[in-house]
Amino acid sequence: MKRPYHAAPLSRRTILKAAAAAGVAQFAAPFVITARAADAVKVGMIDPFTGVYAAVAQNELIGVKFAAEQINAQGGVLGRQIELLVEDSANDVGTGVEKARKLIERDGIQFLIGDVNSAIALAIAQVSNEKKVLHIVSGGHTDGITGKDCHWNVYRVCNTTKMEANSVAELLFNKYGKKWHFITPDYAFGHTLQEAALADLKKFGGTMTGNELTPLGTSDFSAYLIKARAANPDVLLVLPQGSDMVNCLKQIAQFGIEKQIHVAGLQQELESLKAMPPEARVGIWMFEWYWKQPGVPGVDKFVADIRTRSAGKVPTARTWFGYTSLMSFALVANREKTLDGVKLAKALGDFELPADVKLQPNKCYYRKGDHQLMTSAFVGQALKEGKSDPEDLFQVDSIVAGDKTSPPESETGCTLQWPA
Amino acid sequence: MSEVNRRLAMLAAIWAVLILAPLWMPLVGGYTALGTRVLVLGLGAMSVNFLLGFTGVLSFGHAAWFGLGAYGCGLLLKFVALSTPLGLLAGTLLGGILGGLLGALIVRRRGVYFAMVTIAFGQVFYYIAFQWSSLTGGDDGLRPFYRQPLHLGVATVDILHGSTAFYYFVLVSFALATALMGFILRSPFGRTMLAIRENERRARFLGIPVEMHIWIAFTLSCFFMAFAGSLYALLNNFADPRGLHYSQSGDFVMMAVLGGMRTFWGPLLGAVVFVMLQDYISSITINWQIFIGLFYVACVLFFPRGVLGILRRKATT
Amino acid sequence: MTQLILFNVTNGLIVGAFYVLMAIGLSLILNLSNVINFAHGGFLVIGGYVAYTLEPYLGFWGALIASPFLTAIIGFAVERLLISRVYGRDPLYGLLLTFGLAFVFEDGTRIIWGAQGKPFTIPAFLSQSLSDKFFFITGYRLFMVAMVAVMIALLFLLLRFTRAGMRIRAGTLDLETVAVLGVNARALRSLNFAVGIFLAGLSGVLAGGQLGLEPTMGAGLLMPSFIAIIVGGVGSLVGTLVGGLLIGVASGLTAVMLPPASEAIMYVLMAVVLLVRPRGLFGEEGMLT
Repeated sequence: MKRPYHAAPLSRRTILKAAAAAGVAQFAAPFVITARAADAVKVGMIDPFTGVYAAVAQNELIGVKFAAEQINAQGGVLGRQIELLVEDSANDVGTGVEKARKLIERDGIQFLIGDVNSAIALAIAQVSNEKKVLHIVSGGHTDGITGKDCHWNVYRVCNTTKMEANSVAELLFNKYGKKWHFITPDYAFGHTLQEAALADLKKFGGTMTGNELTPLGTSDFSAYLIKARAANPDVLLVLPQGSDMVNCLKQIAQFGIEKQIHVAGLQQELESLKAMPPEARVGIWMFEWYWKQPGVPGVDKFVADIRTRSAGKVPTARTWFGYTSLMSFALVANREKTLDGVKLAKALGDFELPADVKLQPNKCYYRKGDHQLMTSAFVGQALKEGKSDPEDLFQVDSIVAGDKTSPPESETGCTLQWPA
Repeated sequence: MSEVNRRLAMLAAIWAVLILAPLWMPLVGGYTALGTRVLVLGLGAMSVNFLLGFTGVLSFGHAAWFGLGAYGCGLLLKFVALSTPLGLLAGTLLGGILGGLLGALIVRRRGVYFAMVTIAFGQVFYYIAFQWSSLTGGDDGLRPFYRQPLHLGVATVDILHGSTAFYYFVLVSFALATALMGFILRSPFGRTMLAIRENERRARFLGIPVEMHIWIAFTLSCFFMAFAGSLYALLNNFADPRGLHYSQSGDFVMMAVLGGMRTFWGPLLGAVVFVMLQDYISSITINWQIFIGLFYVACVLFFPRGVLGILRRKATT
Repeated sequence: MTQLILFNVTNGLIVGAFYVLMAIGLSLILNLSNVINFAHGGFLVIGGYVAYTLEPYLGFWGALIASPFLTAIIGFAVERLLISRVYGRDPLYGLLLTFGLAFVFEDGTRIIWGAQGKPFTIPAFLSQSLSDKFFFITGYRLFMVAMVAVMIALLFLLLRFTRAGMRIRAGTLDLETVAVLGVNARALRSLNFAVGIFLAGLSGVLAGGQLGLEPTMGAGLLMPSFIAIIVGGVGSLVGTLVGGLLIGVASGLTAVMLPPASEAIMYVLMAVVLLVRPRGLFGEEGMLT
């Protein structure tokens, strides 16, 4: 006999069972995770540990964890130990926002780090701003975070696209030529990167021979490289990131393009270089931080410490971002002797990083007007093989200070509105 | 207890649990925003189920309407007017109307074909949202827009800053949507849908215009889905392309199957389990994806009728 | 300009050939077992990573040969243990099951081999371009096209001249009757699945040499395969072949004319085909209602 299906007749037991099941799942959760000291200072980190940014996010986590270890060994923050709560945003905005609310509303974090994905960083910044929690964006590069979308509680460690373009552009123009061809990943970050570089090119008086917009996730760049070759530029700027960058450079090497045209780009990362075969490691790039800095205090020790915590791998720029983010919080909290979000955010403006945190030769500080860290750009060339170390894949030619590459505060479009 | 009384008691129990959620959720380690998310995704799953469980038609690209709803709401709030109800309306109309138009094109296909076409449509919208970055913000997502306070004539409710207030707003919206859904399913139209699900050929022999019914059911489910999407945009104060992606569709279908495909409240239960499971597991391990994947596999193999399906089976034997 | 177009059409054919390899495996599975194998991309990734692991011991060629077989064995096991349980049920369950498996494979490869992308070395002589003018035709790409052609030829021979192949072809049209006639349908489906996964594994090795290895690479290569099948016509392997090449060429041409649409054009093509000629270019009416 057929049952009518339109509104399921549920037995009482059904509902109770279902609710109990759901409740138990949540009930068990805090108990499993709570081996915590009740007195700890809770710090949250949201990053995409699954998905295309996984490798980068995991390196960031290594940096954050190391920082937590160091801080706790030296007495913690205001005498209390730091407890690090890590959540996966899974490269999805909805998940990121949910985790942000979870960390802030349920777990009561005092400080938030994240996200590598710019869109998620912006979304969770809205949540942290609403709840007045100090938030450092460790790895999201879109200019708006310290530009038109800036918030009083949000600071950023990694470079803006303008900073990246400004660091490399002059070198490329003077050394290689005035006709540039762009391969640009077709999403917001890619566009801003290209616009920044183009602005510099125009300033110097060069010309753009073409701009190939490549959809994100393109694995085959041959069509675009055919067009680029036909345009006969002096410099080919490769702007895609991550695996798109890897594929593009591989194909450039396979087609022998670097023999005719100078290959360059803006941001490059050790994670990408490691994923390429040696012949693809060509070109002029900038790194946001590099592990081999002979003579710079603190770097060798940092590298050695990270190696023991990451199965022998060296720290990348991302590791340093994570490390710096948490150290900044701890340093400013201990100096101001408070955990209040507003006071800390005010104190972080113009805060200068000490030598053992900044790990670079130039002065490194958070600018007050737009909350951007004035960190240096490491400009140099990719190396096919590491000479002294298999991970030494980049030769640093110059280290340009952050406040030289960054446009002035008035040009970023950031107006900070502090709470009354 | 008579059948009707039992049903009423069950409805009362469900609504009691939902209404009192902000009170009991923190006690079990939850938080109100999680409950709101469950409601919104649950409504999405119920919309898919409206088509899947009650008409027997599988759409694996239904997130397209969800995403369109989110973008419609966001675009209105950002560019046109600062009004939450209008935002909801705009999103619902955008997703629903486009769904209806496209549905008319594919209504003759069934089964695997239909599923694959829906994936195709979803992906086209995904790419449009991604590439048309001047309008949609592309990969950065559509922002900023915020939920606006509700002006109810007698009072103004701030749903932006209060998690609890927003939860109740969503609950009321959810109630309206599900009431409408239930009403449709109980109507002669709803019965016809069931007939089509049970045996399409026979329904055709009876003179029922099958394609027309399927198209109407599809369109209605698109409207519901778009409504859920609009709520999602309000939840996040954000709309992004991933909401249109077929993996989002997969999540909804999974929730419907998990909770019990042929039941009305099953998908909501599926959403509860799914969202909480994902929330819980992703906090304790980075490798939560493999657990979710195994969970999918286990559900398909051992719980194809979903939680409610099993419980109902037990109740009747 | 004409040279640009010519180059891009040629290039599109090369790219399309790769899609064909993936799509044919998927098509085989779809035709006989009526399962949309969402995990096909996952098998591709496994194929690539297994080859990467074997390469230090067997070299490139050894890995190229061994990996597809190993992947096919894994596929066989998966089919026997998991997928065979959803035959005959609503296609929804097959979809969800393989969808879940895709998650397991992606995360599994991340757990075993790490999230960091890995380069896969190919023999040096294959890395050279054909000539300066045809710089985009590298030895490796030609090799890929050659492999695809060889595989298609072998598949054709398998289907046309072996008994198993004949049964597969018959089973595609009417599996019930074939089973009634005394053929072990279960074994047939397993074999068919394994062949499909063999092709997926091979695709993975080839893709690894071209793109490098990364846990998330399967998903991006899966969609074009589906589209190739739909455009070419479900149920027809020739259709899949044509479909794959067609979308390769379409994508290449769009990259010249309207670059932002070069990914979306595939979906538009699929939508157009479905509306104008729903059974696809070579499909038969009623193959998969």
